[in-house]
Amino acid sequence: MVDMTSSQPARKGDTTLGHIAYVLKDNPVTMLAFAMLAFFLGCAFFGPALVPYDPLATNAARALEAPSWDHWFGTDNLGRDVFSRVIVATRLDLTISVAAVALSFVVGSILGSIAGYWGGWLDAVLNRCLDTIMAFPLFVLAMGVVAALGNTVENIIYATAIINIPFYARLVRAEVNIRRNAGFAQAAKLAGNSDLRVLAVHIFPNALPPMMVQVSLNLGWAILNAAGLSFIGLGVRPPTPEWGIMVAEGANFIVSGEWWLAVFPGLWLMLAVFTFNLLGDGLRDIVDPRKRT
Amino acid sequence: MNARTKMILGRMAQAIPVVMGVVVISFLLTRALPGDPAAYFAGPAADEASIAEIREALGLDKPLFQQFFLYVGDLARGDLGTSLTTGQTVMSDLAARLPASLELTLVALLLSCAIAIPLGVLAATRPGTWVDHLCRVLVTAGVSMPTFFTGIVLIYVFYYLAGLAPSPLGRLDFIYLSPPHVTGFYLIDAALAGDWETWFGALKQLILPATTLALFTLAPIARMTRAAMLSALSSDFIRTARAAGLGSRKVLYGYAFRNALLPVVTTLGMVFSFTLGANVLVEKVFAWPGIGSYAVEALVVSDYAAVQGFVLAMALLFVALNLVIDIAYALIDPRIGLN
Amino acid sequence: MLSIKDLSVAFKTRKGEVNAVRGISLDVGKGETLGIVGESGSGKSVTSYALMRILDAGGEIRTGDVSYGGIDLRAASERDMRDIRGREISMIFQNPRAALNPIRRVGHQVEDVLIRHAQATRQDAKTKAIAALEAVKINDAAARYEAYPFELSGGMCQRIVIAIALACKPQLLIADEPTTGLDITTQKAVMDLVGALAKERGMGMILITHDLGLASQYCDRIVVMKDGLIVEEGAPGMLFTDPQHPYTRKLVDATPRLGASIRNLLPPDARSPEPEHKVHTRPLLEVRDLVKTYPGKAGPVQAVKGISFDIKAGQSLGLVGESGSGKSTTSEMVVRLQDPTSGNILFEGHDIASTPSGKFMRHPVRRNIQMVFQDATDSLNPRGTAASAIAEPLARIDRMRGAKLESRVSELADLVGLPQPLLSRYPHQLSGGQKARVGIARAIALEPKLLILDEPTAALDVSIQALVLNLLVDLRAQMGMSYLFVSHDLNVVRLLCDEVLVMKQGEIVDRGPTASVMDKPSHPYTRALIEAAPQPPEPVAA
Repeated sequence: MVDMTSSQPARKGDTTLGHIAYVLKDNPVTMLAFAMLAFFLGCAFFGPALVPYDPLATNAARALEAPSWDHWFGTDNLGRDVFSRVIVATRLDLTISVAAVALSFVVGSILGSIAGYWGGWLDAVLNRCLDTIMAFPLFVLAMGVVAALGNTVENIIYATAIINIPFYARLVRAEVNIRRNAGFAQAAKLAGNSDLRVLAVHIFPNALPPMMVQVSLNLGWAILNAAGLSFIGLGVRPPTPEWGIMVAEGANFIVSGEWWLAVFPGLWLMLAVFTFNLLGDGLRDIVDPRKRT
Repeated sequence: MNARTKMILGRMAQAIPVVMGVVVISFLLTRALPGDPAAYFAGPAADEASIAEIREALGLDKPLFQQFFLYVGDLARGDLGTSLTTGQTVMSDLAARLPASLELTLVALLLSCAIAIPLGVLAATRPGTWVDHLCRVLVTAGVSMPTFFTGIVLIYVFYYLAGLAPSPLGRLDFIYLSPPHVTGFYLIDAALAGDWETWFGALKQLILPATTLALFTLAPIARMTRAAMLSALSSDFIRTARAAGLGSRKVLYGYAFRNALLPVVTTLGMVFSFTLGANVLVEKVFAWPGIGSYAVEALVVSDYAAVQGFVLAMALLFVALNLVIDIAYALIDPRIGLN
Repeated sequence: MLSIKDLSVAFKTRKGEVNAVRGISLDVGKGETLGIVGESGSGKSVTSYALMRILDAGGEIRTGDVSYGGIDLRAASERDMRDIRGREISMIFQNPRAALNPIRRVGHQVEDVLIRHAQATRQDAKTKAIAALEAVKINDAAARYEAYPFELSGGMCQRIVIAIALACKPQLLIADEPTTGLDITTQKAVMDLVGALAKERGMGMILITHDLGLASQYCDRIVVMKDGLIVEEGAPGMLFTDPQHPYTRKLVDATPRLGASIRNLLPPDARSPEPEHKVHTRPLLEVRDLVKTYPGKAGPVQAVKGISFDIKAGQSLGLVGESGSGKSTTSEMVVRLQDPTSGNILFEGHDIASTPSGKFMRHPVRRNIQMVFQDATDSLNPRGTAASAIAEPLARIDRMRGAKLESRVSELADLVGLPQPLLSRYPHQLSGGQKARVGIARAIALEPKLLILDEPTAALDVSIQALVLNLLVDLRAQMGMSYLFVSHDLNVVRLLCDEVLVMKQGEIVDRGPTASVMDKPSHPYTRALIEAAPQPPEPVAA
């Protein structure tokens, strides 16, 4: 705090990698979350090549078998290996959620930045539009969009992105708005930056830390959303392995005691969402320079 | 007219463009549904001519723009069209099924608030302790559970394994008669009729789906309560109150909690929207005869009048609720509308 | 009455333990006013929280005894402490608006205390609360009783806080920076009120402040704290005329006062002769009939009501006023961050107000008018290093790149006395004074002809303020810049400016050469401002 005590240069944590390492070491929960994320990414990239069975191969002779050494997660009513199907489904589910969140992140950031910085009628119009989207229970809106556009993976991504846009737009709008007259924004103008540059280079990056928390929550929601759509028959179609459909198909067998059909894909889905939800704080700390001490 | 009234009127005026947007979106969305309603109405045996006739009768041959005005005109008269699958008017279908959904949603929200708000307060008063960590883990786990999956697990455990819960089929077991219709909420109607056996029957059916929904909504409420409480507790005015010797109960509840309640009330609006959405899935799992399961059935067969009615009803319900929340907020918080 | 012996307080933080107070002892007698003076981080506020036992989480009393009227406050049960707080010992705080519950009527907040300490019943609480409001000289107390804090001015909120603190007639009042953030005339009103009430009731008082002048005016005895220790104790006159400890000496020197030059603010060994700055007769900036109107809820509000003034080349003009006077709006219009509603701003004879502020970054005059902002922390992008902040104008306007840019940045750092290794740091890793230097380096990077200084030292400790003010004087002489120095502090303006404008409610009410305006104020408002500013006693020449 005092002038003379602190005239050495900043040490460790200067490099981005060093900073990431510091954040991970600082919080065991974050460390765990990133380890789990690495596991899921591994499943998504290499899963299809490593699983013991073809996820689509039926085997009527071994239908509805409980978990065993042969079939870790048991087999379904068509004799397909539940474990293989669960692992293979990772790629599809992650793709949907990451693509949808990326899309809504970009669109929401642009809309929110413009509304937050310039305000006025642009802001009013955007707010009314967002209110309209938010007026629909979001899952219902996603249902409607997918039903109207057709059951394809792209349409699930679009539907999920649309319902997430308001969150980003609102958050960015608020973060930009409180900083548009901040001293550093004014100083940037005096230094010869145009409004657009002040917004893009100086103000927007400061909105990133809270946005990272939103990203992590939304990645989780996006997976839940996609799986929920499949569950009611509006998403990915069988026999494609996907967690939501597998739970839906397994649901019919739960009342007769064949729990493994629904429970394993459901648990996997839950674990994935849990991972994303835990990532939030860590992601925020990584993009926040104030955490560099 | 004082500033507060002006603010409330202004807030109501803001809802008007939203309602118009909702009408437009629900119209466009349903017109885009695949399938030809005229062909569906005409039945599988109909020929081209009769399909065309029905199309004309439904006004589907007119340009989209004109169809929209016809639709708005019908809406103004309270006519939402007729469902293809049930043969009833959509309005009567919704009126019959909405109480089931609302009862489920409201019970779930009450349950969730009853757990989440004390949990959030507890975590905020002891930050960094095991209570706080437990709260964080619990709510994160809760929000990570897909509602349809939680429902299935609960059914497996409490119905199949333990045999404690009744079969997950609808609002009331077939051995009971539904209570005389007053509000459509079975718990209220049965209590009004003094029929406690039915009341318990309805409650038993309600517990599992309501728990499923409540688990899902715990996280946002608890998280917001904790954050709002933490920020209220670290405010300067709390230090003033403590320095004035006010008791810890007064400081915690009279001062901190009432300030923290404001953001929590706002969050509740958002959570209600989530719950209405999640309802669709939970109703399917528990064969609950609400508007969610109605919509799913309608979507699958492109029953556009029913889908449109459902989407519209949901959105209007939510707009109205948000209006109520905002007005309540303005009444609680003296600062609104004046600065 | 109050006796503290060997008190130490430690805080547990993520980086380990911090000893905020390290074994201090002090006494307050009945009816005596004790001042605790220190800069930020000296532990002065923590001391008071510790004796009230309302330390923030993680804070803990390690050693020492605190006794009040024979009661051991350290050993007392929490229940007993709650009876003592507000009843025997009360506290008032800085930032009065935040110190009140925002959603509770102020009258009810007074009642809460009365009822808590059994000074009122539910039936007569309202009457007694109104009486308590009247005791702190609130006009129309019955109407104010119903108000919420946001409906009241800062000074009025502080009166409410005082009413709450004094409602139960305590024997000791702890005032923790009670006037920080208030206007200078309000500060005087609040301090006079507290002083009068203390005298009237024979109440003891501890005044915690960073302002040595304020303490010397209102206290019987002063202790000076630094880094958790008491370095000196004595009567105000003694402390000023004959400070024993070098830190007290430095603090006394750094406090602006009548008759001292700007170099006198520095320690004696650092006082180089004050450089001359040359004032030319040709005007650099001419402001004519400048008006700024904002759309308000109840019709348009005129923040600036048609003001005119000149700044000559090389001249330093002070712009003085309290909050709401329009001084900040004026400076933002001059620096072209805001567009005036009407009027002209001529820079070297050319109208620069005709170019809208949104397009002004490409105007050739942009480089010649720069600004140092009030809040150094807020004026630095948290995501950029010190070097990147200083480099920004050079890179954007001068298109400077690479090694040339780097060497210019380090040259500027030397010029403002910022150690080179700090250039790679982020704002949160710098102290307040260091951040102020970065802000100044950035503003002078393009060698502007006019520098607008918007309360550049308002957030700094006095010893740092002394350094920064002297830096500004050196830079002015070195670079021949003109200054528009915006401030609420007349003592500082006197040290730095050739001429001064006094603004009130959007109009210039007084103007002229600094010395004549200050010594023979013609306008009653100027006189009120000068009288309200605390004047430390003259120190004996070193």
